[in-house]
Amino acid sequence: MSDKKPISSVNDFVVRFANVNGSGSASANELFARAILRHGVPVSPRNIFPSNIQGLPTWYEVRVTEAGHLGARGGVDMMVAMNPQTWDKDVAGIEPGGYLFYDSTKPMPSTKFRDDITVIGVPLTAITNSTYTDPRQRQLFKNIIYLGALSALLDMDPKVIEQLIGEQYKGKEKLLSSNVHALHLGRDWALQNLKCPIGLRVKKADKVGDRIFIEGNSAAALGAVYGGATVCAWYPITPSSSVAEAFTSHCKKYRHDPETGKAKYAIVQGEDELASIGIVIGASWNGARAFTATSGPGISLMTEFIGLSYFAEIPAVIMNIQRAGPSTGMPTRTQQCDVIACAYASHGDTKHVLLFPEDPAEAFEFAAAAFDLAERLQTTIFLMLDLDIGMNHRLCRPLKWDDARQYDRGKIMTAEMLEEGRDFGRYLDVDGDGIPYRTYPGTHPTKGSYFTRGTSRDRYARYSEEGPVYADNMQRLVRKFETAQDLVPRPLQANAERPTKYGVIYFGSTSPAMDEAIGLLEARGHQLDRLRIRAFPFHSSVASFLAEHDFVYVVEQNRDSQLRQLIVNENGIDPVRLVPIVHYDGTPITARFIAKAIGDHQDHLKVTPLRKAVS
Amino acid sequence: MTYIAKPKFHHPGLKKNELGYTHRDYEGKISTLCAGCGHDSITASIIEACYELSIEPHRVAKISGIGCSSKTPDYFLGNSHGFNSVHGRMPSVLTGANLANRDLIYLGVSGDGDSASIGFGQFAHSIRRGVNMTYIVENNGVYGLTKGQFSATADRGSKSKKGVTNTDNAIDLVAIALQLGATFVARSFSGDKTQLVPLIAAAIRHKGASFIDVISPCIAFNNHAGSTKSFDYVREHNDAVNRLDVLVGRDPIAVDYAPGTVQMVEQHDGSRIALRKIDADYDPHDRLGAMTFLQKHAAKGQIVTGLLYVDPEAEDLHEHLNTVETPLNALEADTLCPGSAVLDKINASLR
Ligand SMILES: Cc1ncc(C[n+]2csc(CCOP(=O)(O)OP(=O)(O)O)c2C)c(N)n1
Ligand code: SF4
Repeated sequence: MSDKKPISSVNDFVVRFANVNGSGSASANELFARAILRHGVPVSPRNIFPSNIQGLPTWYEVRVTEAGHLGARGGVDMMVAMNPQTWDKDVAGIEPGGYLFYDSTKPMPSTKFRDDITVIGVPLTAITNSTYTDPRQRQLFKNIIYLGALSALLDMDPKVIEQLIGEQYKGKEKLLSSNVHALHLGRDWALQNLKCPIGLRVKKADKVGDRIFIEGNSAAALGAVYGGATVCAWYPITPSSSVAEAFTSHCKKYRHDPETGKAKYAIVQGEDELASIGIVIGASWNGARAFTATSGPGISLMTEFIGLSYFAEIPAVIMNIQRAGPSTGMPTRTQQCDVIACAYASHGDTKHVLLFPEDPAEAFEFAAAAFDLAERLQTTIFLMLDLDIGMNHRLCRPLKWDDARQYDRGKIMTAEMLEEGRDFGRYLDVDGDGIPYRTYPGTHPTKGSYFTRGTSRDRYARYSEEGPVYADNMQRLVRKFETAQDLVPRPLQANAERPTKYGVIYFGSTSPAMDEAIGLLEARGHQLDRLRIRAFPFHSSVASFLAEHDFVYVVEQNRDSQLRQLIVNENGIDPVRLVPIVHYDGTPITARFIAKAIGDHQDHLKVTPLRKAVS
Repeated sequence: MTYIAKPKFHHPGLKKNELGYTHRDYEGKISTLCAGCGHDSITASIIEACYELSIEPHRVAKISGIGCSSKTPDYFLGNSHGFNSVHGRMPSVLTGANLANRDLIYLGVSGDGDSASIGFGQFAHSIRRGVNMTYIVENNGVYGLTKGQFSATADRGSKSKKGVTNTDNAIDLVAIALQLGATFVARSFSGDKTQLVPLIAAAIRHKGASFIDVISPCIAFNNHAGSTKSFDYVREHNDAVNRLDVLVGRDPIAVDYAPGTVQMVEQHDGSRIALRKIDADYDPHDRLGAMTFLQKHAAKGQIVTGLLYVDPEAEDLHEHLNTVETPLNALEADTLCPGSAVLDKINASLR
């Protein structure tokens, strides 16, 4: 008995699968998302997983979105409740009018359901057990059986799923046919016993175009391959491990000498983050492109070396896949909480270049660009991803590469240049951009060698503790950072339809939710200009944007509004004009959240002051 | 002035090595360490070994951590690049450098504080990975640069300059290196150039992780009675297992050595180490034997010096990783980047 009309929606709804970690559901759930994509309907899936390997609850959410909103939406229209542990919470999370799909093999008391939702029971265990005897098979095929039932309920084309299964098990005929069989077991049972389809439906469309479906970490790793990284040193940490793992598999495919079979790369799993960044710094010092991937706790450990990279001016690329901190925080939840830690990492006066990609396509581009920037600027470059883009599949534009592109190896003094008699001072600012020349070890028998150190030295790399010499060097580093402003990706501005005094600044994975929120805010009558920051140091257009608006919201996924702090700090702006909009519970920020937070603030601003009203 | 450069003047009559370099070509800046510091003697031995091996000075990369010992790379091979990294992290920096360019010679210089305390992990892992390097610990049992605290190699029961007795057990880096699979392990004494020079030369020629622990008394903080790392103590307790001498190709390099039997050890690169054995039963190819020998003598309070173990067939990290012969730092976009056609295929596979 439902006292709320069931939700009815075509190609626009959220399905959430509640499973037990280790039950093998992940591949079936991903198959579901991919199948919808193959119907030509965009999806935005998210893995919500615990910080352990087996036994704890895990969720996989698929946002079906013909409009192409790739941020999280919030709310669940259909819950596939396969985990008894989280049943109550899962049932409670369903939107009024939504659907509950469950295994009805064992009867459940009516108190376990809700009146305002549609309950769909399929005796999954019974169907599975009557077909399979092997326990592992039972576990795995149960997932495919529920997928089959869902395909009927949501009106999906089974041929599309069959084709996907075919691609997955190419050459493994037995697995292919048994999976297809399981799919139809579930599908047929639903068609015969349930009212199919329900209000939620998938209808073929043509809204995906040539977009690709890829995880940010994998795209960043590909960027490292294309960007010419030859040395990778890393230490496992969620959510960054898959960067190094993907780099390894990409290198295995694309980086072996065809004649000798030898590797044109070296990957070392360091004993810790200290060693990983040390290896990166040693390799970069010696002229190879090197990187590491880590997350917050790893950054903490690396900071001494990051200071060395800054002061001794050695290129390094660090991919920081952020997760919720501080400390171990919530290791499998997303945040953008290392902005300050990375911008000013290490002791003393330091500043570092940060890049903020919004999606896998930018993760690819920025990762490749990071190596050029690191060598051009001779310093650490941080690629700031987060768990939400790093470990989830996203639809994004296809990856592009210009074959004419050469690597920017930065200012290198060669043996020939030294022979010509060019003055080499390792820390001489020859061009006035703060960037000195370097030589690789082994360049010349008598010229161009120098001593690299983290201690103060003069322009010719000679140890010195004299105040003016030190200050001269520190000032040059400031100049270099200013040079970086024009080398890093610029912010992207999008203006509201009508002129407005209000703006919003955001970055990284907040992007899709922000794009969607703008629409929701417009519907509420609020116009906002948008500025997506893509790098630190901030380009001068950030200051202009701030100057042009009375209030600027800064939307970010951390408690202390770290980007806002950085803007205030670096631009000397009155903090009152920068309104923090923060979301930091570890789930990805949603359009609904942003629209509500900004909308409420805007409504408040719109209230005509009493004094004005009476005057 | 906070640095002291050496005058560049070369006496025309200076002896030259095979490549035409003189001793002076292997020197660096003037040392700023305490007069009489054991580390300076090691510097001299490194210079001597490189001269004798006729190494091109600029083909050496010298990498260190932080400490008095780690300052020494500034005092030798002035024409090679040096890297004074951070405390205890020389091994990782060296590993990275080595991965980037397998063609250079890597000399890692560290202290006992640097390697046995803060850098113990990195020391162990670089050895275990078989990085092709010569890893020298200038071991004085104290923190010199921070003025005399005990280091982790200080023997239990030994006394600090201020009279404090060390109650912690000592870490024997040689024993650890042997256990971790170093393929060249030696111990020497900074005051015994005759032994040290050929040991360094052999270590440089060795392909794989070479480790030399050099007892190097600290004049300022650890050369008193009660210290087991003082000049007097080491001289009294030294028990050399062998004297050695490196033969590159067919030309032996003359060095002083004590009389004794000779054992030839063929290295991977064709050079041979001639071991002058003092202990007739000592076999430097026997890792287990070396470990036992070391422990037995340690129990008797003896410091065993000499080449303790060598595996002439050693492989290095590059072989383990199967990397190309061309140094990785010399590869450019044309060979590293799979190109847009491959990217199109990758894109297609992601739909
Ligand atoms: C992270 C860090 N901690 C502490 C120090 C201070 N420090 C400098 S040198 C040193 C010890 C050096 O001892 P050792 O390696 O034995 O070299 P020695 O000076 O005895 O040759 C210490 C603790 C530092 N530089 N960095
Ligand atoms: S303090 Fe000790 S280790 Fe340092 S330079 Fe002086 S004698 Fe050498």
